[in-house]
Amino acid sequence: MDVVTQSLELTVNGEVRRMAAPLTVAGFLAALELDTRKVAVELNREIVPRSTYGQVWLADGDALEIVHFIGGG
Amino acid sequence: MDSLPAVDDSWMVAGRRFASRLIVGTGKYKDLATTAAAIEASGAEMVTVAVRRVNLSDPKAPMLQDYVSPSRYTYLPNTAGCFTAEDAVRTLRLAREAGGWNLVKLEVLGPAPALYPDMAGTFEAAAALIKDGFEVMVYCSDDPIAAKRLEEMGCVAVMPLGAPIGSGLGVQNPLMIQMIIEQAKVPVLVDAGVGTATDAAFAMELGCDAVLVNSAIAHAADPVLMARAMKAGVEAGRLAFRAGRMARRGAAVASSPTTGLIN
Repeated sequence: MDVVTQSLELTVNGEVRRMAAPLTVAGFLAALELDTRKVAVELNREIVPRSTYGQVWLADGDALEIVHFIGGG
Repeated sequence: MDSLPAVDDSWMVAGRRFASRLIVGTGKYKDLATTAAAIEASGAEMVTVAVRRVNLSDPKAPMLQDYVSPSRYTYLPNTAGCFTAEDAVRTLRLAREAGGWNLVKLEVLGPAPALYPDMAGTFEAAAALIKDGFEVMVYCSDDPIAAKRLEEMGCVAVMPLGAPIGSGLGVQNPLMIQMIIEQAKVPVLVDAGVGTATDAAFAMELGCDAVLVNSAIAHAADPVLMARAMKAGVEAGRLAFRAGRMARRGAAVASSPTTGLIN
């Protein structure tokens, strides 16, 4: 794959981040030290099922939302 | 309570059985430790939670699950902060992925200062969520027509407001709450407006299946003590409802015999 030497510009929770490619969702979450059991991920407004984190490759320009549960009424 | 015959007074929603008729919110507490202590004192088995972006600048910050275990409490993800049906559906799809369950609290609100349920948006979101396989407990106006329509659409519980969210004013429209209860075939919960234990007891005396409380506990001077008070209030109201209150009279009726008086 020719993505090996690229870097990715991702929008994560509204903020732009540069990450080294290639990168899966699982790799991204690990880089941020996030506990995958406690978060949910949306990629370009589509839910990424937890079971597929290791197989979903990120591309330049992707938008990610990483959410979790907080206190609420 | 101890001398009462053992009766299973549990209630069910969407096939799940609960002994506690108090559902508590997890918002507005000063810290997560107080949240956990208050929920423990409330005896609640179901807690509402919100879905928000992870703070990526502090990914190691303690999370709600570390204090309020989803294996012990049934999480009821809400759509707080959603003002359109589209936002509500998107939020709960994320919640389902984060938690792995379908039971959710739908609320689509109009603007401040009322934050009153936006029923047009609520109907639209409820339809989309039900189609997508969610079991929807729905926050709604104290409107018997709207409540019935939500039930007929397939919502698993209807949750009319007692008073505006966070107002602590108690049940402002008991007549309509009672009408909603009398016609409902799904559980009816008063959600929003409870200010203190008597408000929770009053809602239960009307015949509600359960009550949802957040601000009244979180904003009490002693949240843990108020959580315990809410537990007692809900239990007292439920017992009084089951007992069947005496008829109201327009004049005094002496409590002591009027015969055998000394002269």
